[in-house]
Amino acid sequence: MAKTIQQINEKIKSGQAVVCTAEEIIGIAREKGHARAAAEVDVVTTGTFAPMCSSAAYFNVGHSKPRIKLGGGRVTLNDVPVYTGLAAVDFLLGATALPDEDPRNRIYPGKFLYGGGHVIEELVGGKAVQLVAQAYGTDCYPRRKLETWISLEDMNEAMLFNIRNCYQNYNVAVNTSDRTIHTYMGVLQPKMRNAGYCSAGQLSPLLNDPHYRTIGMGTRIFLGGGIGYVVGSGTQHSPAVPRLENGVPRSGAGTLAVTGELKQMQPRWLRGASFLGYGATMAVGIGIPIPILDEEMLRCTAVTDADLVAQVVDYSSDYPERVANSLAEVSYAELKSGTITVNGKNIRTAGLSSYARAREIAGTLKAWIQQGSFLLSEPVAPIADQDSGLVCKPLVEKPIANHQRFNQVPVHLAGGR
Amino acid sequence: MPNKRLVLLFPPHLIEEPVTYRLIKGYDVKVNILRGKIVPRDYGRLVVEVDGTQEAVDGALAYLEQVGVGVQPLAKDVRWHEERCIECTACAAVCPTGALAVSRPDMRIVCDHDKCIGCELCVPVCPFQAIEILL
Repeated sequence: MAKTIQQINEKIKSGQAVVCTAEEIIGIAREKGHARAAAEVDVVTTGTFAPMCSSAAYFNVGHSKPRIKLGGGRVTLNDVPVYTGLAAVDFLLGATALPDEDPRNRIYPGKFLYGGGHVIEELVGGKAVQLVAQAYGTDCYPRRKLETWISLEDMNEAMLFNIRNCYQNYNVAVNTSDRTIHTYMGVLQPKMRNAGYCSAGQLSPLLNDPHYRTIGMGTRIFLGGGIGYVVGSGTQHSPAVPRLENGVPRSGAGTLAVTGELKQMQPRWLRGASFLGYGATMAVGIGIPIPILDEEMLRCTAVTDADLVAQVVDYSSDYPERVANSLAEVSYAELKSGTITVNGKNIRTAGLSSYARAREIAGTLKAWIQQGSFLLSEPVAPIADQDSGLVCKPLVEKPIANHQRFNQVPVHLAGGR
Repeated sequence: MPNKRLVLLFPPHLIEEPVTYRLIKGYDVKVNILRGKIVPRDYGRLVVEVDGTQEAVDGALAYLEQVGVGVQPLAKDVRWHEERCIECTACAAVCPTGALAVSRPDMRIVCDHDKCIGCELCVPVCPFQAIEILL
């Protein structure tokens, strides 16, 4: 018996909807069978909480008196530079941005203790930060300098806008070399002494809707502790990668772009992070509700860690050299057990994605839906699926000859001078 | 008597005193030095595991107090900031003693201060600066 999102929303409004998390549905499906569980359960909630580097926020800070044109100028928030190539008082802060004074990896491994993600966390936590700006001055925007404390409540708009979040599956990172390496998958000990993985597995949003049947542009979600929306597929969206029989990708595949108002989010779910020797970033909490439209969706959400696999990749040579190579395929059940076996060697595993927090997000979203304060939304456009043939392309470099160097304004723009 | 992990704080004037020698010879306790730190004109710090009979350990502690060596449990100097921790489990994979461990299947971090030897391996691998060791 198929259901529509509209019908499910009616049940949510009347307090009749049956909601469970992607963890709870596993036992329900096992006990009742897929057909009965699909008839009884209306929504399955998912969650993930992990570092997501392509996260950012844009702001409109209001006009100073006299006016200043930040666009084309230089602006920092607590010393972290923002992107100003926009109108007068709009700018964008990326999660991995670093203060100019940060030594980076000059003293290896760099600590990257404070970056864009930390600024976003502080702002969401209600703290004021220091905005320092230099501008070039125009007739209509004469001011050249600005220094002020500013907090979220002072701003007109403050939007989280993440161009790639919520990866559908990810690599497991190891290091086969004989020196310690510092990566975005954590500190990796030599000779495969540890492995880093980063997915909530059976709770992860896109692993519970592997063909993006219910998740698309406009899907309302839990984002950073508040409400957000799916903008569409994220950058590097690669649905056409090899999949298991259950439809789930065997490696990194789909991604989402998401947005939401920062002012209603919480610092617990947007956390600045520092990866030794790699850089600063931000952990983002996302939860997506999956409407159980039919038995097929129920089957998708009942997926368990034992049914999900990831590829073990060597981050000492294959990954940096862009060599497509998997040392082994392991299940999330193995990864979460604390030990995986690769080429006969037992390796300790460490998560970067917090399963405990993913469960909390799925539980929070479940409560919102049960209280009737969160309705599901119908996607307004789908996300490209496997049949699109879409995979992330590598960069093919095209050498620039010396006589082609871009060193002047193109002739047609130079007014004939 | 389970072994005790202690931080011994040496005032600058005790620098000539062979405290560890006296602990072993005079009180018959096993002293396993986990780490030491000496800063000119400041308190020296020694992290030790002390093991022995109740009587021996009590005697050793009384001696330390008498000569003016500050004694505090190691656990006090190891801080796990729960509010900063996201329970990603990165620390548990490097902890050699299981002081930071993952409880399964709920995948939560459990911190047992008594098992910590203050090696600090967990400090750099935590992306959220949730562990602080004041040694």
